[in-house]
Amino acid sequence: MTDSNDPMAEIRASFFIECEELLEALQDGLQALDEGATDSETINVVFRAVHSIKGGAGAFGLEALVRFAHRFETALDEVRAGRMSPDGNALKLFFQCADHLSDLVRVSRDAGPLPEDETGKLLAQLDTLLGDEGGSAGEEEAEEDIDFQPATLSFDLDLGGDEDTDLPPLDIEPIGEESKSKFLIKFKPESELFETGNEPFHMLRTLDSMGECIFTCHTENLPALDELSPESSYLYWTVELIADVEIAEITSAFEFVEGLCVLEITQDADVSQTSETDAEVLSDTPVDSLSDSLDIEPETPDPAPQQVVETEAEEKKPAPEAAAPLAEKDVKTAQKAAPPAAPAKSVVRVDLDRIERLVNLVGELVINQAMLSQSLESSGLSPHSDAMNGLEEFQRLTRDIQDSVMMIRAQPVKSLFQRMSRIVREASAAVGKDVRLITDGEGTEVDKTVIERLADPLTHMIRNAVDHGLESSEDRIAAGKPAQGRVNLTAAHRSGRVVIEVSDDGGGINRPKVLQIATDKGLIAPDANLSETEIDNLLFLPGFSTATVVSDLSGRGVGMDVVRTAIQALGGRITISSTPGSGTTFSISLPLTLAVLDGMVVQVADETLVLPLNVVIETLTLSKNDVEMVRPGAHVVRVRSGFVPLFDLGKELGYRAPIEDYEGSVVLLIAHEDEGRAAIIIDSIQDQRQVVIKGLDDSFYRAPGIAAATILGDGQIALILDTSDIISNAIGSPGAPQSQNLAGLSA
Amino acid sequence: MTLEILAVDDSRTMRDMIRLALLPAGFNVHTADDGVHGIEVLEGIEPDAIITDINMPRMDGFGFIDAVRGQDKHRATPILVLTTEAAPELKARARTAGATGWIVKPFDPTKLIKALQMVAG
Repeated sequence: MTDSNDPMAEIRASFFIECEELLEALQDGLQALDEGATDSETINVVFRAVHSIKGGAGAFGLEALVRFAHRFETALDEVRAGRMSPDGNALKLFFQCADHLSDLVRVSRDAGPLPEDETGKLLAQLDTLLGDEGGSAGEEEAEEDIDFQPATLSFDLDLGGDEDTDLPPLDIEPIGEESKSKFLIKFKPESELFETGNEPFHMLRTLDSMGECIFTCHTENLPALDELSPESSYLYWTVELIADVEIAEITSAFEFVEGLCVLEITQDADVSQTSETDAEVLSDTPVDSLSDSLDIEPETPDPAPQQVVETEAEEKKPAPEAAAPLAEKDVKTAQKAAPPAAPAKSVVRVDLDRIERLVNLVGELVINQAMLSQSLESSGLSPHSDAMNGLEEFQRLTRDIQDSVMMIRAQPVKSLFQRMSRIVREASAAVGKDVRLITDGEGTEVDKTVIERLADPLTHMIRNAVDHGLESSEDRIAAGKPAQGRVNLTAAHRSGRVVIEVSDDGGGINRPKVLQIATDKGLIAPDANLSETEIDNLLFLPGFSTATVVSDLSGRGVGMDVVRTAIQALGGRITISSTPGSGTTFSISLPLTLAVLDGMVVQVADETLVLPLNVVIETLTLSKNDVEMVRPGAHVVRVRSGFVPLFDLGKELGYRAPIEDYEGSVVLLIAHEDEGRAAIIIDSIQDQRQVVIKGLDDSFYRAPGIAAATILGDGQIALILDTSDIISNAIGSPGAPQSQNLAGLSA
Repeated sequence: MTLEILAVDDSRTMRDMIRLALLPAGFNVHTADDGVHGIEVLEGIEPDAIITDINMPRMDGFGFIDAVRGQDKHRATPILVLTTEAAPELKARARTAGATGWIVKPFDPTKLIKALQMVAG
């Protein structure tokens, strides 16, 4: 993905993407177990997720990841094998391990410092768990090899076997020989060799590739044709090999058929120097070896004392008898438990850059289409002409294409929600509260960038809900609520926007306290008369924090004002509603995409500008009596019951000197900082339309009040305004009609 | 001679690695995501060798090998099992299931190719 010339880097990148998916599946599985699922497939999914991460990590040499995943996997295997039940404590640890695994994945990906302490702590806890509940198997392992245990490819094998970290390679310890040697090899396949799909020819050919070979095929055991069973093995071979190889290399050619054949390898002395003879016999049926080797020995020039070594006797017997039926049973249950109707969605992974390009091109197409419309219209064609009809169709198609392209970038918020469940776990542990996160609408799709940029604000809100929103268990019981607090996180599509809500069933906002703090901190005037909503909104003021003692959880210098700013940067809004005694709800409303904006096209001092439509509350035409001067250069406009600060956009942007006479001016009432409003003067409203947002290159000086740019139908470039920024700047400037805080609250 | 390989693994990373290892060596690689998918893919091709993972959803490696061996035309098709261990029991287990050989993960391309050549030429 990063460098197309390096396929390994690409696979590495794709491995980490896969890890994210696996971690998600792991979370889901653990969640299901937490909710009481006991079916074997759920456990298998959890196990496989960790197993696959380990497998891939091994391929990239990510030691720390392999090590931790391995131990985690061992514990999960105990559960899978039914030797341990995933009860509360074990599950809690598994959740922590899953979180840590996800940390390790990220650290490995970004080559960051390893969280050794945490790893060590969790490994120790896993050990304790295995020691406590793993029964005899666990103890056995503890004695044999604390560090690494077999990672269960099997369903049935006992876990007593030991295993090395560095997965032993094919080779057996080589014997130090440099120059060419002569080997005598006898190879007699058993019938079973063929049943496993092995082919003697390939092995003989492998020998041939090692050096000079003389093959002899022995057919003396062949029965008469009518007695011949096609499934039996009658032939054997002797090979004289002269090559510069180790015995181990020869043995490795027969690695897969160990125990399925008689194999004897005798090494003669060096072809050049006949001083010493070294022989090795690798055989699973040593009884045969003596008589058989006699066949070969006449050809040996120097029958010096031979050393017979038997290596690797471990393969003598097939799998333990008892194991097979058990395994079959397990396989069957696993298959049965597998959800029958859940075909994996077929997915194509595409470089984000390519999508960006497509989004941009579609943007151009939309613009182009608008230009075409405009020029056709001005050419005076009849609206019923073929060209105009065709254009209408073209317009519809363009819009469909645009929507479809936007959908490519859309992703379900699930991954985000999963991160939040971790935040809840960590936060509730940190403050010692029992909290349950309930999520809904995880499948809701939102633009990828929006999801990414939502993580921080949402994290903060969730922490707030746990830390400040929910009461302590004692207080909850006293209030007649269940001891376990609840935090709800939901997402839904609502009229072309995404609404994400974080709510808790805590005590609600303590308004008198909030008011007190705001007054103490000088954020509002002591005699300010605020509505409930206004009080709630004080939470969003910079420098506000209700925690008397800054807890290490949510008091990290990040206030709700930062959350609000982040949401607004995404073109969103955040609102609070709270009921004393029963909880608080934060509601975030976001646009579906960041690439297209519903805009209002306006004219100011001969410049065409675009404002996001969602900030425009209403439009007015001023009459003489509407405007009041607060002091020279600072005016407010009367809007029904209240006064709203008035700004001239042309002046604020430096296009012109302030206008003297406001009568007849067109004014847009703009939502500013949630409940606050401001009125801005423009010359005229031109249009209301979707515009494609074009980012301004970094090389441009970042102009205050300018968010981006777009290209209009006539090919003209128009700046897209950041009204919030403009108004904040205007308020902050000398001569502004109202103080910042009151502006934020004015009704 | 171009060898045709079917690689069955639920991990995309592994499938990618296998493909990366084998394509430059002139192998023709087909992939499948799990045992059930493997059987489906096998319908349309006649691979010279099959590589399979063990831990997979829907149908695991043992079930897959069993199903492949159950088809007459694949009684002798070489099947390599991808294992994370070199433990003898696992080799035995794979062999009992009808596997021809095994590859220890993480594998390096040379070893994988060598193993394939050992079973399929």
